[in-house]
Amino acid sequence: MSQTFTLDGKTIAFEPGQTILQAADAAGVFIPHLCYHPEFKPHGSCKLCTVKVNGRQTASCTMRALPGMAVESDTEEINAERRALTQMLFVEGNHYCPSCEKSGNCQLQATAYHLGMMSSHYDHFFPNRAVDASHPEVLLDFNRCILCSLCVRASRDVDGKNVFALSGRGIDTHLIVNASSGRLGDTDFTLADKAAEVCPVGVILKKRQGFAVPIGERPYDKAPISATAAEEAC
Amino acid sequence: MTVNDTRDIALIAVVERIVERNGRDPTRMVQILREVQEALDWLSPQAIDALQAALKVPRTKIEGVAGFYAFFYLQPRGRYRLLFSDNITDRMLGNEALLERLCKNLWIEPGKVSEDGLVSVDTTSCTGLCDQGPALLVNNRAIGRLTAERIDQIAELVRGKVPLAEWPEELFVIEDNIRRADVLLSNDMQPGDALRAARALAPDEGLLASNMRSWREGLPTGLGGPAAILDEIKHANLRGRGGAGFTTGLKWEACRNAPLQAGHQRIVVCNADEGEPGTFKDRVLLTRHADLVFEGMTVAAYAVGATQGFLYLRGEYRHLLEPLNAILERRRGENLLGQNILGIAGAHFDIQIHLGAGAYVCGEESALIESLEGKRGTPRNRPPFPVTNGYLDQPTIVNNVETFAAAALIALKGGAWYAAIGTKHSAGTKILSVSGDCARPGIYEYPFGVSVRQVLADCGADDVQAVQVSGPSGVCIAPAEFDRIIGFEDIPTAGAFTIFDSSRDMFEVARNYVHFFQHESCGFCTPCRVGTALLKKLMDKLYQGAGSPYDFAEIEKLNVLLQSMSHCGLGHTACNPVLDTIARFRPAYDRRLMQKEFTPAFDLDQALSLARQMTGRDDAGAHLATQHGGEA
Repeated sequence: MSQTFTLDGKTIAFEPGQTILQAADAAGVFIPHLCYHPEFKPHGSCKLCTVKVNGRQTASCTMRALPGMAVESDTEEINAERRALTQMLFVEGNHYCPSCEKSGNCQLQATAYHLGMMSSHYDHFFPNRAVDASHPEVLLDFNRCILCSLCVRASRDVDGKNVFALSGRGIDTHLIVNASSGRLGDTDFTLADKAAEVCPVGVILKKRQGFAVPIGERPYDKAPISATAAEEAC
Repeated sequence: MTVNDTRDIALIAVVERIVERNGRDPTRMVQILREVQEALDWLSPQAIDALQAALKVPRTKIEGVAGFYAFFYLQPRGRYRLLFSDNITDRMLGNEALLERLCKNLWIEPGKVSEDGLVSVDTTSCTGLCDQGPALLVNNRAIGRLTAERIDQIAELVRGKVPLAEWPEELFVIEDNIRRADVLLSNDMQPGDALRAARALAPDEGLLASNMRSWREGLPTGLGGPAAILDEIKHANLRGRGGAGFTTGLKWEACRNAPLQAGHQRIVVCNADEGEPGTFKDRVLLTRHADLVFEGMTVAAYAVGATQGFLYLRGEYRHLLEPLNAILERRRGENLLGQNILGIAGAHFDIQIHLGAGAYVCGEESALIESLEGKRGTPRNRPPFPVTNGYLDQPTIVNNVETFAAAALIALKGGAWYAAIGTKHSAGTKILSVSGDCARPGIYEYPFGVSVRQVLADCGADDVQAVQVSGPSGVCIAPAEFDRIIGFEDIPTAGAFTIFDSSRDMFEVARNYVHFFQHESCGFCTPCRVGTALLKKLMDKLYQGAGSPYDFAEIEKLNVLLQSMSHCGLGHTACNPVLDTIARFRPAYDRRLMQKEFTPAFDLDQALSLARQMTGRDDAGAHLATQHGGEA
């Protein structure tokens, strides 16, 4: 028999060892998240999935569910803070949705819509980030990187290649690739890698396949990101 | 063979020797990178190639770690790398003018390398010489008490390309400045005394038993084993001296009770990553009482059954590495470390020193452990806690330098003796690092319960406007609160005690601390990475005169977000200096809100400064009126 906790008053069943986010996902309740991916070890860095557990804020992707927990998630207070985090991610990088290949397919954009983000609010950082088009099949546009580490984890844990890593510190943290030239074309990265398909934003892009699905007909154009949890639960 | 080939071969040989000396162990990455840089001045692509070949780890791993620490250079920074300590106390002592003087002397710009590749001058976070500042580091060697004369002397030495080893020794003299000693700083323990006392509490083979199996797995009840010393620590009511004040006995007990997997051992780590601006007591403890600290670590090992120990020494204290290693070597010779300590069969424990490389966040215990494992110093998700899953997933205790010194004293004199000192909730003494506006900056040891007023009187501080207790992550208090006491029940502290007289601008104090947190944010979580950068921009905007009540409200909103959403204590406390100074010194902010309505931070005239610099113009026609846009 599984145990339960409450999420915004709703009873959620969980298996021992499951995190709050995993249990919520399984029950079809959406908690916004960007660095979490069900196939990888939780990371807990984007903090979008922050919830209040017994009055204290914590990342729901790393917090194990415990019987009787009272979890708040979909409240105006928490959503306002999530919206601020989303705005921070927008101004930290260079995100131009109208011209981005990932528009309608981008978790950052979809999460911003979900949270009702109407502007980027903060002053833009306008960082100077070069693109890397050295690989024959893949383009890297670092302008959109949100440092979620999913490609790092996929390449290391699934592909066994360590193509990606984070370097730098603080606001200068950035993605690097495994070559002395610093260029993806000089690594053993291929399109078949798991790391090629996990980017939640538009950093890792397939060449020569731009706009294969027209804007307006993409997943998040049709249904909000909050619907994905319900789909996964089915 | 070309000159380049010869150089490459020499470089590979250097790297190979360093990697070999470190046992080809990638968990020693931070130590390896430090040694390579000491030998080669920077971590060149060729050096990383050689490291990759020797260590057989992905290049991303090496570059990821090297890019994290402020003292590792992936770009050339010159043969002489001069870093001015930029704590608020250095500022108050005039470090900016001295930096400018040195740059003019050497004909270079701050932050850039001289054209001949000889020298670079830049700033760094507090180097722990606040009682004898302004200070700088030259290739990680500390020089304090900077004056114009000293700056000119240093410039001369650099220009003359005098090797660092031949620089006058008096430049590198660091004072202890112990102004008030209590039970800890006046102790006269002989090496081994505390261990023998702890041993006397356990007449049978307690240490052996503890080392061979964990407590939970079943020491026979009633055995006078290591539990006896653990009981003394508990009776002493010892709490962590790093600031958080966790009960030491409980931490040790949890580690000792943690199940031990096959092949694992328990670990004792001494946190000497004393990075909180304004704190320097651990430097003095390790200079004057290193035996007491190492003995405390060994007592801890005895209590929890640990076999391996680390001292994590901040990179700014590089000068202590050789003296401390000599003390460890002596203690091995005296059978106070190593195998069968004091002749007790099975009592094995040794300590190695791990040097940090410029990362305040590594003072957080789980980030420190990551760094010990040769990784980026990112705080871990908790639970699990280090006491069960610490260094290489083994049960680990991490305690402050002063905590271990106190533990040795407790082993020597007993828990009851110690508990009688201080207050009910805060047993023992606390060492304060006093700096700022006072006649006698330095080290003051008091029993807990001393009032702020008393400390101010003792160090000769008049006309005091504010005291920052425990550094920027601590509290800033105003004169009305000077009767408050140092203790866990009132003002807990890691030791910093920074004094500001009425001539100081408390907004500038807060702005300096905001810059510090932005520089030291590890970048892992969104709120701290971006939030500290936004906070810095807003404080700078106020400083530049473009601030309005809107910006003030934004600062307050960011503070709430940082506190509630950040991953670790750095983010949680990054807003403390701002919140405290707003609450107590609001006029200092109001003076800065020079605009009634929102005004953009972007300043068109300022944006033209590069063009002016390039064209050598600074006449009226080369300026734009900022407020009215385009009116030249």
